[in-house]
Amino acid sequence: MIQKKLSSRLFSMLTITAFAGFAAGSALAQGTLRIGMTASDIPLTTGQTDNGGEGMRFMGYTVYDSLINWDLSSADKPSDLTPGLAESWSVDPADKTRWTFKLRQGVKFHDGSEWTAEVAVWNFEKLLNKDAPQFDPRQSAQGRSRIPSVASYKAVDKYTLEIITKSPDATLPYQLAWIMFSSKAQWEKLKSWDEFAKTPSGTGPWKLAAFVPRERAELVPNPDYWDKKRVPKLDKMVLIPLPEPNARVAALRSGQVDWIEAPAPDTIPSLKSSGFTIVTNAYPHNWTWHLSRAEGSPWNDIRIRKAANLAVDREGMKELLSGMMIPAEGFFPPGHQWFGNPSFKLKYDPAEALKLMKEAGYGPDKPLKTKVLISPSGSGQMLPLPMNEFVQQNLAEIGLQVDFEVVEWNTLINIWRAGAKHESSRGGTAMNYSYFIQDPFTGVIRHLQCNLAPPAGTNWGHYCDPEMDKLFDQVRTTFDPAEQTKVIQKVHEKYVDDAIFLMITHDVNPRAMTSKVKGFVQAQNWFQDFSPITMAN
Amino acid sequence: MLFYALKRLIYVLPVAFGVSVVCFLLVHITPGDPLTAVLPVDASAELQAQMRAIYGFDKPLPVQYVIWLGKVLTGDLGTSIATGRAVLTEVSRAVGNTLILSAVATIIGFFLGCLFGFVAGYYRDSAMDRLASTLSVLGVSVPHYWLGMVMVIIFSVQLNWLPATGAGPGGSAEWAWDWDHIRHLILPAVTMSVIPMGVIARTVRALVAEILSQDFILALAAKGLTDRGIFIHVVKNAAPTALAVMGLQLGYLLGGSILIETVFSWPGTGFLLNAAIFQRDLPLLQGTILVLAMFFVLLNLLVDVMQTALDPRIQRG
Repeated sequence: MIQKKLSSRLFSMLTITAFAGFAAGSALAQGTLRIGMTASDIPLTTGQTDNGGEGMRFMGYTVYDSLINWDLSSADKPSDLTPGLAESWSVDPADKTRWTFKLRQGVKFHDGSEWTAEVAVWNFEKLLNKDAPQFDPRQSAQGRSRIPSVASYKAVDKYTLEIITKSPDATLPYQLAWIMFSSKAQWEKLKSWDEFAKTPSGTGPWKLAAFVPRERAELVPNPDYWDKKRVPKLDKMVLIPLPEPNARVAALRSGQVDWIEAPAPDTIPSLKSSGFTIVTNAYPHNWTWHLSRAEGSPWNDIRIRKAANLAVDREGMKELLSGMMIPAEGFFPPGHQWFGNPSFKLKYDPAEALKLMKEAGYGPDKPLKTKVLISPSGSGQMLPLPMNEFVQQNLAEIGLQVDFEVVEWNTLINIWRAGAKHESSRGGTAMNYSYFIQDPFTGVIRHLQCNLAPPAGTNWGHYCDPEMDKLFDQVRTTFDPAEQTKVIQKVHEKYVDDAIFLMITHDVNPRAMTSKVKGFVQAQNWFQDFSPITMAN
Repeated sequence: MLFYALKRLIYVLPVAFGVSVVCFLLVHITPGDPLTAVLPVDASAELQAQMRAIYGFDKPLPVQYVIWLGKVLTGDLGTSIATGRAVLTEVSRAVGNTLILSAVATIIGFFLGCLFGFVAGYYRDSAMDRLASTLSVLGVSVPHYWLGMVMVIIFSVQLNWLPATGAGPGGSAEWAWDWDHIRHLILPAVTMSVIPMGVIARTVRALVAEILSQDFILALAAKGLTDRGIFIHVVKNAAPTALAVMGLQLGYLLGGSILIETVFSWPGTGFLLNAAIFQRDLPLLQGTILVLAMFFVLLNLLVDVMQTALDPRIQRG
């Protein structure tokens, strides 16, 4: 039949579909580290980065410096501030709003221009003065809110900068650690931040060598970096945005990258068994339920707050996360320099929790019902759905019946800004929110100061305690660092002893890398130093 | 014919206006704050208000629409809030990358689809037909993203033959048709090709079976035409429909597949839309959707005009 006779032609077509053998991937040059980031784009390259902590980690502290940097050299102790583009700083004993910064001399930008006090002032104008020609809305949006205390600034001489604060504020050095300094000469040559973004110039240990938006950025060492100990040892560092967690793991496993940020907890055991190194460490992050103290909130009763804190089986949750968490003992991770010595111990004690609930008039037979706002995902939120369901089960056992209102992450941020009393909070009395707690303001003050209740600030729960406010004032007016640490410890003790939050866990900032990556020290910080890293053959 | 083409072009104007309104409104009625992309989460209310004014989000929606439309008409799709880069540049780059991916996927899909379709049509109700039909049904049924992940696990992770992500060693800016780049294209293109493959195979199978059952095939054989000659007749009769289906599939694929491009981090329109959605980057979202929607409108116009050129009865209708 015709059909049979035609078959040979059809089979000959099949042969065309045969696939050729595939060659294995070609290796990159020795000394190149390729990193898969969680961001969906290369962070803003002009100085003040976007993409939160990750942006500063990869495009802030690499290409740029701050007046005051974070010391990222140790994995064993929490990071502290260290001189950066300023060699020293002091506050005027007679006028505690007047700060003097002695700038580091001989520092050059990547374009060869010199770092001076005039350039520092030009950079403050870039963020704070709408009428300055170099004002950049994008950098301003990122940087301005980081330095709320700064009232004015001027160059006293070539290497002396003066900053006046709105009121005495000893947390200014922490605020300034956010501010990155871009090259004035490079901007004046290009006259546009869009052009500057393509060929940026900072003073940092890395230079941006190539940049394809949304795809990759290549950083090469700055051999003239002022801190010779931090001149990078690698030939090149390539940053690749890989926002999809499975794509990140696949890229690592297939040898396309040498290092990935934040592998999903359930992939970690198999990555370990395949010979990849998992690096973790404590860092200033927490995963809490921020409790509303608005009128009518059940969390106004300290017995209920303490009962909830005693009802959560944190070790059980650690198993759920394959060990990738540090059970909370307070608002700061255990061992943090601001931890202090709280008397209320966050242990798993359901019997004591039941007792406290009974005293408050509730129990499994007479449950307290309330609503909690959570998100299905989000930056720093770890695995919010299973983790929150775990807490929900724990609380149900002591008669605290929680209903979840699940909202998308960006919506949750907006609700967090609006406050617990706002209608957008939909009657929720608590919110699952993870916090960046790296400095005194982001760490403790912004959550609880009376005058930072929304819309003025982000005291979502409308907490207000004059005693706490007094401690915050002391934090701001204690200029001796050791004394200031003692005051922040007192604040933290009050955080824990009053069980102001439902304190659940801290993330361990996991990274997965091949065994070729050597010399990385994971600092207890949101930012990291890539300079000591080398690649083995 | 020219008059008809002009008339159809004029009909495009209200459609384009409607598309622009829908693009603008859809993006604005979705929840979330566009400034989330540029502001730190704890930005003060004052800073939020200032930024809202700088980006023009404090103006009434109709005013924002008129300003936006005015710029669009002059070829300015605005500036991405998140990156500060021109939306037109971002979209052009992404469209170019999606074009590479979808064109290759369509060619693979068309070729395999025709192959399976002809085999199934010629050997109807045989084991070969069932195999080819099963493959085509699988093609239209298997979830793309799942297949993509499985391909990555097999070919990238286990066998280490092909890269799992990206558009080449230097990114898409240095795209070239050499092995270093093509190997990045294979997995996403094959994954993307399964749907057109399935659709075309099913169409061709039905067409071939129908053509083979027609009297003229028997007549051709009776007249002594060679097998090769008959095969060419079958192909000629099946080709217009198969090509029309392929064109339609290419149109769909050009829209970019958010899931495939995200799984493979392929820097096309789908990847761009995904980033724009998560960053609430309204100008980028509006610009990308508008360009893709207008692309469909113009593709339809082109198809209409071409069909009319081939079949004047349509024009009279």
